[in-house]
Amino acid sequence: MAQNDYIEQFVKEHGRRLDFEERKRKKEARESHRIAKDAHRLKGWRGKKFAKKRYSEKVAMKKRIKAHEESKLKGTPKPAAEDGEALPTYLLDREQQNTAKAISSSIKQRRMEKADKYSVPLPRVRGISEEEAFKVVRSGKSKRKSWKRMITKHTFVGEGFTRRPVKMERIIRPAALRQKKANVTHPELGVTVLLPILAVKKNPQSPMYTQLGVLTKGTIIEVNVSELGLVTAGGKVVWGKYAQITNEPDRDGVVNAVLLV
Amino acid sequence: MSTLIPPPSKRQRREAQKPREVNIVPKDLPNVLIKFEASDTGKSIGGSLRVPGGITEKQLEELLNKLNGTPDDYVPYSFALKNGDDQIDIKDNLYTSILKPGIKTTEDFLTLVYTPRAVFKVRPVTRASATIAGHGSTILVAQFAPNTSSRMVTGAGDSTARIWDCDTQTVQHTLRGHTNWVLCAVWSPRGDVIATGSMDTTIRLWDTQTGKNIGGPLKGHRKWISSLCWEPLHLVKPGESPKLVSGSEDGTVKVWDTKRRLCLMTMSGHKGAVSCVKWGGSNLIYSGSHDKTIKVWDAKNGRCTQTLKAHAHWVNHLALSTDFALRVGAYDHTGKKPQNEQQERELALKNYNKVARIGGRDSERLVSASDDFTMFLWDPEHSTKPIHRMTGHQKLVNHVSFSPDGRYVASASFDNSVKLWDGITGKFIASLRGHVAPVYQTAWSSDSRLLVSCSKDSTLKVWDIRSRKLLCDLPGHKDEVYAVDWSVDGGKVASGGKDKTVRLWMQ
Repeated sequence: MAQNDYIEQFVKEHGRRLDFEERKRKKEARESHRIAKDAHRLKGWRGKKFAKKRYSEKVAMKKRIKAHEESKLKGTPKPAAEDGEALPTYLLDREQQNTAKAISSSIKQRRMEKADKYSVPLPRVRGISEEEAFKVVRSGKSKRKSWKRMITKHTFVGEGFTRRPVKMERIIRPAALRQKKANVTHPELGVTVLLPILAVKKNPQSPMYTQLGVLTKGTIIEVNVSELGLVTAGGKVVWGKYAQITNEPDRDGVVNAVLLV
Repeated sequence: MSTLIPPPSKRQRREAQKPREVNIVPKDLPNVLIKFEASDTGKSIGGSLRVPGGITEKQLEELLNKLNGTPDDYVPYSFALKNGDDQIDIKDNLYTSILKPGIKTTEDFLTLVYTPRAVFKVRPVTRASATIAGHGSTILVAQFAPNTSSRMVTGAGDSTARIWDCDTQTVQHTLRGHTNWVLCAVWSPRGDVIATGSMDTTIRLWDTQTGKNIGGPLKGHRKWISSLCWEPLHLVKPGESPKLVSGSEDGTVKVWDTKRRLCLMTMSGHKGAVSCVKWGGSNLIYSGSHDKTIKVWDAKNGRCTQTLKAHAHWVNHLALSTDFALRVGAYDHTGKKPQNEQQERELALKNYNKVARIGGRDSERLVSASDDFTMFLWDPEHSTKPIHRMTGHQKLVNHVSFSPDGRYVASASFDNSVKLWDGITGKFIASLRGHVAPVYQTAWSSDSRLLVSCSKDSTLKVWDIRSRKLLCDLPGHKDEVYAVDWSVDGGKVASGGKDKTVRLWMQ
């Protein structure tokens, strides 16, 4: 996943070309002709692949049409789906008690969460030595001095960060290895969303890495989940949530993380 | 969650330390003058009698049977002393219950009120005889047949009702047809038809012999059916089948002709959901509602004759003193089938009058349980004012039931207790504690000596009414128990709940 959504940025800045809509419409109108031509023309393995894709699309379409028609049907509905436990008449209108139960169970849940706040999906990580993480940058006229370091791992650098003057900057975080977003998976919902990183909370390697914002496997990061629309027990939208990095970003070039729920 | 008896409190331990008095009736007790008075008709029998002061209950019983002149059919009685307005029960003998506490002296003239007890005795259930799985979901309602303990119906959340053969402990018929939870299931007093009301807003009638649906669903209500009740047998006109009354969440009460399968009347006066309907023996329909009122309807023309307003919150449940008599109709504990309709009506009326007549007049009492933690005792035929306000519960009262002889009221509340009240005056008698979670329902044994209660704590408990103590704890269910019923002949108790199994309990 590329970090730089330059096309979107360009569109925001300069807009689209004037005949964009027209071209899009025409392209879509040509689409069916192209498919027909492909169906006719493609042979061998490509033909098979095309036919398989076409078939699955058609099945999906038929299913959707059927579901749509059923929803419009009148008459006796099917037996009610098992949505929750059946209740005797004398408990049917007593919802406040059930919600009270739900609230108490959610409080218990939260307490449990607090207890195992640090029981994370990846409990152990490989140790990373300073030699591996830092590259020595030689400086001075004859490159005699070697007090500068460059981080070889991907890093998160907060918004509005300005590098220090060259002669003061001991540790360099290369701009090419900076990450702003992470692919975060919600483990229960099973969806993956690209979310902006807010901060690095803990790097298990060392507190210094945490301070520098080094992103390695097992690092706890805070991500902005406002897009997911998660809601707290009190009804407020959750903004920041913790996630743990599941891949080694310097190998893949992207940050994949799993949300801690 | 079987109940551990709590360790004795300090007061109890101090009481145990005290020298105990021995129940010995003194030899030199003088004779006392007594008079017998029937509790139902108020007639006195035999004039005044001189009896020894230490006369036992058994001896009183024998004496009364002699006076009545029926030596071949011996009737057991219970006795109470008339002391002003209230009555004091006589236990064991006259000396320990009356003379020793100093309520009356040997000089006084004692009027003893006698009430016939059931000629049979129900033994307490102590063990689970069967755990029957079969329903695919929570069991919401259970009821035994009016004539026998071998048939029982349950309604469940899997949108079926089942008729069980309790002798072989197998399912006899599965009543399929509803499309949503079966919320209520009631046997007709003749025992040939079952009516079920469901979440899918319909009522269905089923033949109990074949398990077939009689016709299609009875449609009319717009929301789920919360309560059903059959017309009392002695009011059924010759050649007709008993009618059915239904209350629904949509706030209406409907009367159905079960033969022609028509809605005869719709009574819409309630502003809230109807939680309970009852059809009284004097041809009145009572409906309690979430709009805090109880309405009394004339079953002949569907007019609202009275609105009983006293509760400050939802009315949850209603019970009539004649509930049991109306449920069993013409049957008695032997379950003998009447020969024809004429005899059936007569027997049903006899059963009804046995409980309904008190002090020489018809008085069918109604008790209503409410979310405002109180209950009211009403005499709706004679007055719109309540007889008594029954306070004491600390949480909402979910279920009330009159004992089959109408002398006691048991109330099940969410404050984990069952309370016992006098069924005639409404006075508090005792609190039965033992459950550790809300009590959902209670059921009486047909001889009024025992009570069984079911609770959220997954147990059933059998209570002895005479000693007001826990007689037996019945653990076994794996989750909340929603429904309990005691069979009419007293042989079995059925329960069902959230763990999807029906349990049968026997002695």
